[in-house]
Amino acid sequence: MSDTGTATARAGGVGGWVRGQLRNIAPFATLLFLVIFFSFASESFFTVVNFANILNQVSITAIIAVGLTFVILCAEIDLSVAAIANVTGIVVAFFTLQESYVNIANLPLPGLVAVLIALLICFALGMVTAFGVTFIGIPSFIMTLAMMQIADGMSALFVRGQIAYAVPDIVLTLGSGSIFGVPWIVIVAGLFLLVAHLVLTYTRFGRYVYMVGGNREAAEYSGVNVKFIIGAVLVIGAVCSGVAGMLGVAYFGSAQQNEFTTYLLDAIAAVVVGGTSLFGGRGGIPNTIVGLFVLGVLNNGLDHVQIDPFLKILIRGLILLAALVINVYAQRLRSQAENAGD
Amino acid sequence: MTESSDTPLLEMIDISKSFGGVQALRGVDFSLRAGEIHGLVGENGAGKSTLMKIIAGVHHDFQGTMKLDGKPVRFRSARDALDAGVGMVHQELSIVPDLTVAENVFLGTQPKTRLGTIDWRRMVRESREHLAGLGIHVDPTTIIGELPIGLQQLIELARVLFSGARIIILDEPTSALSPPEVELLFTTLRRLRDSGRSMVFISHFLDDILSISDTVTIFRNGQKVITSPVAEIDKRQVIEQMIGIGHRELEESYTGEITLDTQFDAPVIMETRGLSHERTFQDVSMQVRAGEVLGIYGFMGCGQIELARALFGKIRAQGVLTLDGKPIKLTRTSIARQEGIAYVPESRRSMLFHHEPLYKNMSISILERISRMLLKPSSEREIARGHIDNLRIRTPGPDQLLGNLSGGNQQKVALAKWLTHAPKVLILSEPTRGMDVGAKEDVVRIVRGLRDKGIAVIVVSTEPETVLSLADRILVMKKGEIVREFAGDTVSKDRLLEAA
Repeated sequence: MSDTGTATARAGGVGGWVRGQLRNIAPFATLLFLVIFFSFASESFFTVVNFANILNQVSITAIIAVGLTFVILCAEIDLSVAAIANVTGIVVAFFTLQESYVNIANLPLPGLVAVLIALLICFALGMVTAFGVTFIGIPSFIMTLAMMQIADGMSALFVRGQIAYAVPDIVLTLGSGSIFGVPWIVIVAGLFLLVAHLVLTYTRFGRYVYMVGGNREAAEYSGVNVKFIIGAVLVIGAVCSGVAGMLGVAYFGSAQQNEFTTYLLDAIAAVVVGGTSLFGGRGGIPNTIVGLFVLGVLNNGLDHVQIDPFLKILIRGLILLAALVINVYAQRLRSQAENAGD
Repeated sequence: MTESSDTPLLEMIDISKSFGGVQALRGVDFSLRAGEIHGLVGENGAGKSTLMKIIAGVHHDFQGTMKLDGKPVRFRSARDALDAGVGMVHQELSIVPDLTVAENVFLGTQPKTRLGTIDWRRMVRESREHLAGLGIHVDPTTIIGELPIGLQQLIELARVLFSGARIIILDEPTSALSPPEVELLFTTLRRLRDSGRSMVFISHFLDDILSISDTVTIFRNGQKVITSPVAEIDKRQVIEQMIGIGHRELEESYTGEITLDTQFDAPVIMETRGLSHERTFQDVSMQVRAGEVLGIYGFMGCGQIELARALFGKIRAQGVLTLDGKPIKLTRTSIARQEGIAYVPESRRSMLFHHEPLYKNMSISILERISRMLLKPSSEREIARGHIDNLRIRTPGPDQLLGNLSGGNQQKVALAKWLTHAPKVLILSEPTRGMDVGAKEDVVRIVRGLRDKGIAVIVVSTEPETVLSLADRILVMKKGEIVREFAGDTVSKDRLLEAA
């Protein structure tokens, strides 16, 4: 009974440390490997201009991934992020005056009002998900799958197969403008990551998120309002997606159906590849940042080398699989160490 | 019941069994005659379950001889034992709740048609006949999970019989049953006995044992103490043999009498009136006063663990609960915490965060008090250091991961998380389970200290020693109801066991 765990940890030495930190080391090693590989494979990859490109390309994913990091830290999942991004982007365009050739029955409102309505929509959708998961008890996997359909359906009804182009000025600036040569969208993404990191690390709410993810029953026995925390992370996930959706519409220059589909997989991949545990309680924004870069470098680098474009998708799938294997494996090593400690 | 044959149906000679270094059975002899109900009693860990698991083929590496019908046998598995006619009905039923009665009766032995598909008609017909033969009248196409628990248990018994068992071992069959259900079970068992089958009946409920058995065998510390016809022994004598009064060699401290002392003038902190929760406990009314330790004792499954959970809002009970005289509704645990109720569950795993450092484990319930929005890790560490000193937790410091601590020290952390700001009511479920003597004494010292500060403490346990060593007043729960109160009085382990 006496302190066997401490003894094991000490005896583990460097090997033990590596095993315990595998979750954090593996993504970083992957990133390093990819950067070195593409630098040798292509002359145009390792340049300042291309680095700026990568930042620009991952920004929308980053904003979605911020919300997902909260959700996954709580050991839940949100499959509706891309659909909510889509519908929020469409809503903000729907309430903006479109050019006469755009065949959408839109209701022009002042820009800020349109933005507020769009934010309200994604907040409300997040609340519905939160209600379904916490009060009705639907597993988040299924609940957000339904929400994905609902949000997609709303998108379809708003645009009816058409494409809208105009968005409020503030959205246009933040989504596609620059200041001193730095794209606003990169700044926004950076701010989201920074604020999320501060919330998760330095606030009571952030602590509860980790504790609920780490051991939900223990959190409940400690008098934490578990349902509130889970509901809150789902709402945060939806609102982050909504913001990404609005800026995305400006970034792409159009609002239409299915324009965010690939972002669901990218955002989940970024969080998980970065090393945040799918079982909750471990990981965080720094992990997500590394994951975003792994994905960004991979997507960008594959464009710089001569490669069958159809093979790209397969390669991305394989990288994601490898990350999942490491994620689950790291969890197992940790729980083995724990059992030894008992 | 006549002593017809000289050879017992089953004979166990000089059986010993150890787990790791722990000797669970030491040279036990046991025999079972045909057409007999044999009651088995003993405290937790006395060895009765181990012996039965050997008979039922669950444990197969043991020393000693086992004879069935006079011939030596050695079962290699439960399947093996069942083929030889020995079946066991475990306390945790092994029925499949989503299947029908017929499917459960035939589980694993479904009759086939010539085409190789399951013969449903035969299955339904035969299970109806078979159950009716036992006096159980139930539609075999009913989903078994929808039936009352007493019927489920009888159907499991029927299944064991149906697979040809002549010897049936029943482990705590009455603990979840209401009195009429117990009567139904006993009628069935008597009918089986009269048809020549033999049953072993393990239970903590001495009244049940004494009313159904023909013979009773008492175990203590891995040894058989006595086998006696039920007609020649009474409850008092059974208890004395179980805990070894008159054999002064063991357990000097808690078998003796202790004096309970209650301050009846202290204000009532928490009170319940008619608290009930589904089948687990009914109509519980009780009071806890400031500066008193209330012990709630009962056997496993008697509802006291669930009662404790309800008092913390982990499960929702019907009835009235007041705190400081005001009625409160505990719809979730966070309300209980804000009202000043603290709870330490029986399992450390379900209340601690293994891969978080000590200080986070200790501060989780008080974050609202030490910070508004932003965390203050420095004061969290400071508080943790204080607890580490006060509770003598053996660890290098507050940043140590909880998973690296030993079990007893983890238990202290579980207590520490509630002690920074004194709660009004502290509920402890099985606070000393699995602890060594030193750690137990630490817990007693800590709990007494809290009581002296005016906290109302509720200790819930299935171990008589735990409530006896901690409580000022003791309630005894039996099958979901409070049946006895010991207060301002002397009480001893045998009186507790008698009441339960």
